[in-house]
Amino acid sequence: METTRQVFEGINVVEFAAIAAGPVIGKHLADHGARVVHVESYERPDGFRQNYPPYKDNKPGLNRSGAFGICNNNKYGVTINLKTKEGVDLAKELIQWADIVIENFTPGTLKKLGLGYEEMKEVNPNIILLSTCNQGQTGPHALHPGFGSHLSSLCGFTYMTGYPDRFPCILYGPYVDHIGVGYGVIAAVAALEHRRRTGEGQFIDLAQYEAGVQFMIPALLEYSINHRVIERDGNRHSSAAPHNTYPCKGDDRWCVISVFNDEEWKALCKCMGRDELISDPRFKTIPARKEHEDEVDQEVGKWTSRLTAEEVFKKLQDNGVKAGIVQTIADLFADPQLKHRGFWAPVDHPEVGRCHAEGPPFAFSKTPFKIDRPAPMIGEHNELVFKTFLPAGKKAQRRDSI
Amino acid sequence: MEEKIKLLQDCRVLDFTNETGFLCGKILGDLGADVIKVEKPGGDESRKLGSFYQDIPDPEKNLYWFSYNHNKRGITLNIETEAGKEILLKLVEKTDIFLETFPPGYLKKLGLDYAALSKINPQLIMTSITPFGQSGPYKDYQGSDLVLTAMSGFMSVLGDADKPPVRPTLPQSYVWIGMHAAEGTLMAYYHRGMTGEGQHVDVSGQAGVTWALSIAPSFYDLNRELPTRAGSFITGRSITGAILRAVYPCKDGYLAYIIYGGPAGIRTNKRLVEWMDSKGMAPDYLKNKDWSKFDIATVTQEEIDQLEQAYMKFFKMVTKEEFFKYVLENDMLGYPLATAKELLEDEQLKARGLWQEVEHEELGTTITYPAFSTKFSSIACGFWRRAPLIGEHNEEVYGEIGLNNSDILRLKKANVI
Repeated sequence: METTRQVFEGINVVEFAAIAAGPVIGKHLADHGARVVHVESYERPDGFRQNYPPYKDNKPGLNRSGAFGICNNNKYGVTINLKTKEGVDLAKELIQWADIVIENFTPGTLKKLGLGYEEMKEVNPNIILLSTCNQGQTGPHALHPGFGSHLSSLCGFTYMTGYPDRFPCILYGPYVDHIGVGYGVIAAVAALEHRRRTGEGQFIDLAQYEAGVQFMIPALLEYSINHRVIERDGNRHSSAAPHNTYPCKGDDRWCVISVFNDEEWKALCKCMGRDELISDPRFKTIPARKEHEDEVDQEVGKWTSRLTAEEVFKKLQDNGVKAGIVQTIADLFADPQLKHRGFWAPVDHPEVGRCHAEGPPFAFSKTPFKIDRPAPMIGEHNELVFKTFLPAGKKAQRRDSI
Repeated sequence: MEEKIKLLQDCRVLDFTNETGFLCGKILGDLGADVIKVEKPGGDESRKLGSFYQDIPDPEKNLYWFSYNHNKRGITLNIETEAGKEILLKLVEKTDIFLETFPPGYLKKLGLDYAALSKINPQLIMTSITPFGQSGPYKDYQGSDLVLTAMSGFMSVLGDADKPPVRPTLPQSYVWIGMHAAEGTLMAYYHRGMTGEGQHVDVSGQAGVTWALSIAPSFYDLNRELPTRAGSFITGRSITGAILRAVYPCKDGYLAYIIYGGPAGIRTNKRLVEWMDSKGMAPDYLKNKDWSKFDIATVTQEEIDQLEQAYMKFFKMVTKEEFFKYVLENDMLGYPLATAKELLEDEQLKARGLWQEVEHEELGTTITYPAFSTKFSSIACGFWRRAPLIGEHNEEVYGEIGLNNSDILRLKKANVI
C-alpha cells in the first residue's frame, strides 16, 4: 500500500535567507514536498547570484549562478523590498501564510525591519522561526558577521587537515555551513513535530559554530582528558596500516586503501600477488606495519601505480579490503551507485539550460523526494505567490512593493 | 517562560549502529527519545577504535564511544541466537525507530529485515545506514572514513596541489552520515505522526559525505570545470582563475583570512590596511588603493599576489588572540585557526552555555561535553546520561519486557545477552 504523499505536503516555508546556511535547509524541505518561497530584493539579491562563480559559460548574471542553483531547486522566488513599509506588510502576509520562517541575517536585522519573532507571532501566533547564524543569537560575539569559509577554521577543522610539514589545508567552501544545514533540517522537523503535538510554534536559535563543534567532540575529549591537540597527519591513522592515498595510472589519479586488521592485510597482499609480504616480520602486525609505514606505502604504491583507480577499487573491494577511488567531481556525475540512487536530478533552467540538483542522502521507501524544478530566477514567482498563494486583496499595494 | 518539553520522550529507539551511525541515535536522544544502544555480548567492536581515557586501552574507556553514545541506555544481545531473536521481536513490538548499520542482506538472512519487522509493528521506522546504500552496484562494498571521503569526491578538493589528496585527520564522514540519518529518520517519524505510516529509510554514506562538497559540483555541472585541491588556497572566486590565500602563518599559529569583495569583504580589507598603517606596515599602494573599484569576481592573480604579499608580512607579527580580538572589534571577516584548546576557552561558547560537565562515576571524574547545537524555545535538549557501559541497562530494559533476574542470568550464561 503505497502513498504518494510527500513528507512535507501542505507545509509552507518562507526564507529570508541567502548564500548556503539558510537556503539549503529550505531546499531539503522543498525536495520533500514543502512549498518554499525564497525572498530577495532587486536591491539585494541573494549573494550567490553575484560575487560568486560559477556562472553559466563564465558570464556573470543574476540568473546564471550555479551556486544559487544548487541551493535553491524546487523553490519559488519572489522579490520584496523590506526597506519599505509596503514591503514589510507584504512580508507579513507571507509570514501569515507560512508554517516555518527560515532566516540567516545577522542577529537583530529582522527585528530592526519590524519582522522580529514577536511581530511575526502577532500575525501568525503558531509560526516556527528558525534563525541560523554564525555565532548564535546571543552572547558577546553574536553580532560578528562571518562566512562558513572562516568559521570552519574557528571550529578547528582547518588546523587538522593536511600534511604535518605543510600549512594546514582549507576544507572546501563554507564547510561548516552545511553542518549547520543538517542541524537546521533536524531543528525544523523537530519543531514541526512539536507543533503537530501541541499546535504551537516556537523560536529556534541555531549557531553554525555550535553545529560545527558537534563534529569535533572526539578532539575535544582528546584535549580535555589526554591533553593532546590532534595534529594534521596526512592520511595516516593511529591504529590502521596501510591507510593512505596511492597513485594510480593516469593524470592525477588516486586510490585509497585502509587496512584495519591482519586478515585484510593478507587479502591485500594476495591481491597484489605478493604473498611473501604476509610473513614478512616488518609487516606482520599493525604495530609492525605502523613502524615500517613508509615501506608499506612504497610496496602498495608500486602495485597501485600499474593499475587504474577503478581497477584497484573493484579488485580490493571484491576481496574484502576497504578501498576506494579518489573520485573527482566529474567521476561523481558518472558514478553508477549515485546514478542508481537518482542523486543527480536533472532540471531545465531558462537561462542556464539543463543542469542538476543534488538529491538527499537518504531514500524513503514510501515518500520519495521529488526534484522537478530548477532554482527560481529573481522575482520569477511574484505573480504566482502574491496572487495565488496569498489570499486575495491588496493587489495594487503588493505590486508597488515588489 | 513556558516550560520546555522533552519532545521525543514517548519515542523508543533501538540502536544497532556501529561507529558509522552513532550520531544518529545520539541526536534522537538529545531530543529526548529513549534510545537503547544494543551491543554484542561482551561489547561493540567499535569500543576498540581510536583513543582511550588516559590512554588505557579498555573498551569501557573509549573516547569515540563517549563522544557519540551519550543519551542512550545500553544492553547486550546476540541476535544470531534463537533466544536473542525472540527477545528482539519482543522489543520491536514497543519500538518506534530501529537504527542499524549491518551489511545489506544481513538482517534479511536472520528474518529480521524491514519486511519482517514491519509485520510485527507496521508503524515501525527502520533506518539502515551503509557505506553505499541498500541496493545498486556498490551495495556490498565496505567503507571506512578514508574510503567514504574518497568515494564521495570530498577528498578530491582537500590537500596541497603537489601532494596526494588528504582526509581531515579527525574523521568526518561518520558524523556526516549520522547527522543525515537523523534528518531522514525524523522526517519519517514526522510523516508517521501525520499518517500513521511507518517506512524504511535507506541512508548512503557516500551520498551523505558528498554534501560536504558544498557548491563545488556546480562548477562541473555548468561549465565542465573541475574544482581540485589547492592546499591553503581558495579557488573559484574569480572568473580569471585567480586563487586566493586562505591560511596565513602568524606569530603563534595560523589565521584564516581571505580577500573578499562585496561590502563586508571591502570593509575588511580597508580596516586591515588601517591596522597595518597604524603599525607602519602598510605600503603606499595599499594606502592609496581605491577599494570601491575592487571586484573579486574579476580580480587578477597579479593584483591578489600584491595584496597578499603585504598581508603575509604583517600577519607574521600578530598573534592569534590579537587577530581574533581585532576582527571582532572591527566587524571584519576572518578567524584564527583554532584547536580544541581554543574552543574550550572561547568566550562565546562559554557565554552560550555550550559546555556541560558530566559525571562519569565509574571513572571517578567529570568530563566536559558540548550540549546540543540548537536552542529551542519550547523543546528541551539536554545531556541526560553519559554513554552506557557494556550491558549497563540489561536488567532495566529486559525487566521492562517481563524478564526477571534469573532469566537474565540464564541468558547471560548462554551468551545471548
